[in-house]
Amino acid sequence: MNKDMKILVVDDFSTMRRIIKNLLRDLGFANTDEADDGNTALPMLQTGKYDFLVTDWNMPGMTGIDLLRNVRSDDNLKTLPVLMVTAEAKRDQIVAAAQAGVNGYVVKPFTAAVLKEKIEKIFERIDS
Amino acid sequence: MTNKKSINDEPMLGFEEQLKAQANELKELIDGGNVAGALAIISELNETRDKTLYQEVGRLTRTLHESIRNFHIDTANAATDEEVSKIEDASDRLAYVVDLTNKAANKTLDLVEETMPYASGISTEAKQLKDDWSRLQRKEMKPDEFRQLTAKMGTFLAKLSKDSDKVYSNLSAILLAQDFQDLTGQVINRVTTLVKDVEENLVKLVTMAGKVDQMTGNVSQTIEKQETNMQGEGPQIHAETQDDVVSGQDDVDDLLSSLGF
Repeated sequence: MNKDMKILVVDDFSTMRRIIKNLLRDLGFANTDEADDGNTALPMLQTGKYDFLVTDWNMPGMTGIDLLRNVRSDDNLKTLPVLMVTAEAKRDQIVAAAQAGVNGYVVKPFTAAVLKEKIEKIFERIDS
Repeated sequence: MTNKKSINDEPMLGFEEQLKAQANELKELIDGGNVAGALAIISELNETRDKTLYQEVGRLTRTLHESIRNFHIDTANAATDEEVSKIEDASDRLAYVVDLTNKAANKTLDLVEETMPYASGISTEAKQLKDDWSRLQRKEMKPDEFRQLTAKMGTFLAKLSKDSDKVYSNLSAILLAQDFQDLTGQVINRVTTLVKDVEENLVKLVTMAGKVDQMTGNVSQTIEKQETNMQGEGPQIHAETQDDVVSGQDDVDDLLSSLGF
């Protein structure tokens, strides 16, 4: 896992973005950017600068699930690893996210340990 | 809300009973060929129906009026004549909750970000000193190095004392920043009470409107609400009692692994 990889954190609440950024920094990932919903995030992702996307689900404008679907249908982005960090906890939502091609799913409230474990798992699978 | 008057079912019941009683009579009259008598009964029924309908519409209007009045804040205490609706007030209150929680979260995050380097600095320096200290204990230290260690130890202790004070004061500030819970809790409780009142009044209105529909023979079409939870619903409040909701990260992991993740 490359600790210098560029990560985009998407959440409509600035405090949650700060928390995730801080946790990522603690895990050694200091190269992070922020966006407040899918509409802001998608053009940023399309620049091709990002190696990993961490997104919330429930956001005004474009939701996380739509962002995920857009990412998967974009030829340049379809292999981008995506971790969903969200309060959405319905079974059919998790199934929908899985079907849309999410790489990991963390429900809020979450701990630093869970975030670490899921990120490690995603990159273990990609690197192997 | 003060209006707790129960819904009076009497007019409706009266009409139903009359309808039931006179239906038989009507059938007998028609069977017996007494058309004039049958028509008299029909017009009598119509009259009762109209009267009951007027009564129901009247009560619906009254309840609607009361409900609307109840949505308003106590105007006697309002500074201006302009009435401030409670709903608008509730929105303001909730905006205040968002503002307060936002400030508290940012303040806490600021303090945490400020404090973390102190903790990691203390830890790094302590590790270095520990290595030197072990060498001293193993008597591997030259007199010159020992003098350096003494100087370093003095500086470290002074810094440690200063930095721990800073950590302590930041932690106290974080503690104080949690006072938003009390304030927002009170505000949310008030808004919850309002929402309950509004719901109660709406249910009353719907019940009354339903009776009017029944009298006029209207069948209201209920459009089935399609589930669109792909928009997202926010945190689940009663996750443990809902079957379609996962109860935590372990459940998510189980579900995903069952899908081949």
